[in-house]
Amino acid sequence: MGEELLRFEGVEKVFPGVRALGGVSFGVKGGEVHALLGENGAGKSTLLKILSGVYRPDGGRLLVQGQARRFGTTVEALAAGVAVIYQELHLVPQLSVAENLFLGHLPTAAGVIRRGELYARAAEQLRVVGETIPPGTPVGRLPIGQRQMIEIAKALTRGARVLAFDEPTSSLSAREIGKLFEVIRELRRQGAAILYVTHRMEEVFALCDSGTVLRDGRHVATYESLRGVTQEQIVKAMVGREIADVYGRREGRGAADGQEQLRPAALEAIGIEGKGLRAAADVRVGSGEIVGVFGLVGAGRSELLKLIYGGERKRAGRVKVDGQEVSISAPRGGIRAGIVLCPEDRKKEGIIPMGSVMENINLSARRRGAIGGVGIRPGWERQNAAQRVRELGVRTPTLRQQIRNLSGGNQQKVILGRWLSERVRVMLLDEPTRGIDVGAKSDIYNILYRLAESGVGVLFVSSDLPEVLGVADRVVVMREGRISGEFLRAEATPERVMAAALPVKEEAAVEGGSAV
Amino acid sequence: MTTSEPGNRAIWKGRAWDFMEQAGMLVVLAGLVIYCALSVEHFASWQNLGSVLLAVSTVGMVSCTMLFCLASGSFDLSVGTLLPCAGIVAGLVMGKLDTWGWFPRLAAGIGAGLGFGALVGFINGFVVAKCKINPLITTLATMQLVRGFGLVISNSTSVTAFDPHFTVLGLGAFPVVHAADGGLLFQMTVPVWVCLGCFLFFGLLLQWTTFGRDTLAVGGNEEAARLAGVPVDRVKIIIFTMQGVVTAIAGILLFARNQAVQQNSSQGFELQVIAACVLGGVSLTGGIGRMSFVIAGVFIMGVVENAMALKHVEDSYRYVVSGGILLAAVLFDRLKQRAS
Repeated sequence: MGEELLRFEGVEKVFPGVRALGGVSFGVKGGEVHALLGENGAGKSTLLKILSGVYRPDGGRLLVQGQARRFGTTVEALAAGVAVIYQELHLVPQLSVAENLFLGHLPTAAGVIRRGELYARAAEQLRVVGETIPPGTPVGRLPIGQRQMIEIAKALTRGARVLAFDEPTSSLSAREIGKLFEVIRELRRQGAAILYVTHRMEEVFALCDSGTVLRDGRHVATYESLRGVTQEQIVKAMVGREIADVYGRREGRGAADGQEQLRPAALEAIGIEGKGLRAAADVRVGSGEIVGVFGLVGAGRSELLKLIYGGERKRAGRVKVDGQEVSISAPRGGIRAGIVLCPEDRKKEGIIPMGSVMENINLSARRRGAIGGVGIRPGWERQNAAQRVRELGVRTPTLRQQIRNLSGGNQQKVILGRWLSERVRVMLLDEPTRGIDVGAKSDIYNILYRLAESGVGVLFVSSDLPEVLGVADRVVVMREGRISGEFLRAEATPERVMAAALPVKEEAAVEGGSAV
Repeated sequence: MTTSEPGNRAIWKGRAWDFMEQAGMLVVLAGLVIYCALSVEHFASWQNLGSVLLAVSTVGMVSCTMLFCLASGSFDLSVGTLLPCAGIVAGLVMGKLDTWGWFPRLAAGIGAGLGFGALVGFINGFVVAKCKINPLITTLATMQLVRGFGLVISNSTSVTAFDPHFTVLGLGAFPVVHAADGGLLFQMTVPVWVCLGCFLFFGLLLQWTTFGRDTLAVGGNEEAARLAGVPVDRVKIIIFTMQGVVTAIAGILLFARNQAVQQNSSQGFELQVIAACVLGGVSLTGGIGRMSFVIAGVFIMGVVENAMALKHVEDSYRYVVSGGILLAAVLFDRLKQRAS
């Protein structure tokens, strides 16, 4: 193995109210593939963005080939020989392969592109990554695997010596993965330093020489060699934090010994099929029960919630609320049936940013307060908004405050307030505490507990394993578009839940071949 | 001096912006009216008030529904060709039915004009909402379609109507006030009343109904509104259909007033309407809008044009001035957004 090409030294990154990274230190040598591991939100993407110049670190140093560097832009990073290959590829689909490869420094004579030279050089670069695509082909016509190869070739044309891959296999077929691994091994042989971000354990052991685990933005462990390290050890390092008191305790939850199953069902979703799901899904939530849905990003969790709620059209499946079958084709239908959804992305799907707190709370319920369902009654609206704000402890100077000026936690409470103004039987929540500080998290858990005590069925999606284990009575695990496991609270250990959530490549390949 | 000073200043600055946001353009309008009254001869007179009101009435009516369109994050260019075309449809139907009594003939003609407006609006709304086509492109296409249709059915000539039962819709007036010498001092014609009615009706619709609040929610964040149970598609279709109907009303009243209509009149009308809304402070990106904004924008445009006419400014210069005002208003809007 060669000299160290890349080193992080005590790297820190702070976002308003959140410490995204702290004290991350490790190095990658030339000719080494280093795995970067961690749950969603552990800080892997932030670290990659610091490496590529999208973010600037708030503390610590980044050393490239022994020199301290601070990249302001991705162009600067590339000039220093650092390239990050993201999941969403940064290629221009309308342009040809050759043009994409040399975008920004096309060979020209007096401003005119020298097509012959361009194609010849492009073909040469493509050979390095084992591709024989005609350089004139528009990138948009190529399958995703080949586009990835072009992205790699593009990095190499810039003379990159340090390459970082962000979950490169997430959308590749088994054959494409095999090819990608060959190319990465070839790059390693040529002495490049490679940082490889992944969730898939078997890839770590198949490809990587060493590895680092992050958790909650902190550096947990670095393995100089993966020889002798077991999958269990790594999973434990990824998830093994104590379940803190943040989650509080629910009154009268009892031993959580399976009694939940005997409660009358608030929600029964049977055979739900639709976009984002690869198998029909069944979900049951008892009245007064809190069910957590765990899985990696892209496992189909948000899709499942939206299909139940009517936010997306389902291809098949039935939904029952309190044993009554309801027909839902749009969110309004879900709300009428007593099903409500707090969506994943507050900014994009939750709030009307320039609307006031009052406006955002009354968005749905005003139909019930209005005269004949049409004429606004300002008194009713003010009273309703004031009551929710008081009840949920929303911190806002006035009801007229624009919601975009509130913190994430308070925005989330406003969205909850919107639904508490309706007749709720089933509450669906998608990542209800993402990007929210600890205090507000506790508040939100307490709201969920109160809802459950009043007999509402709660179904929430979270990528935060300790949260799922700390809050839910029962855990449903999803993997790659299907439900892959279900655990009662007593059986749900971090290791078992994580094992059910992590993709299994062989199985996926086999199923992909037969089922789809 | 003290440490709190910058904080105080920021608060005052914030309040000043709030005030500007709520009432800004009405203040500008008031200033403009005072300035013109003092410096433009014949401006501050009853006769002139009457002519300003009449001059802004057509743009005023259509601006009311354009407010809903912009507030919901959409856009409608087709009003410019629909305005004359609705008049043409009404005029031709009335012409064909010359054997009927005046009342059924008028009812049929006006009904056909309004129905045509509703149809064009519904098509716009349906394509934008259900087929998810960009409103700019959709209404650009229907704008051309309607222009072509109007030219074909009118043989590219002018359509006329002299039936006094019909022209009263454009020329009838109440109250009519005469000066001591017997000359006309002040009158409010039917289009002015209809325009004021539109200001009131659509102002209330926006502020005091679930439909109006839904409109602003759709413009503020369409996906959030949809997931909160707002019937987004229905709201959009209703808005465009209303826009078509109101444009047809304005077009028929204009026809009645002029007793003639030609498809290629009213060039650039759609831009006048949008300009008036934006000038008043309606956001082009949706989510922000009030009827007071629209009234201010419509009258600022109207007063400036009127003052220029009184000053005998050449027509060609008027475009330069109104274009300049619009550009200034948009830059001001940008500045406001950056401040908040």
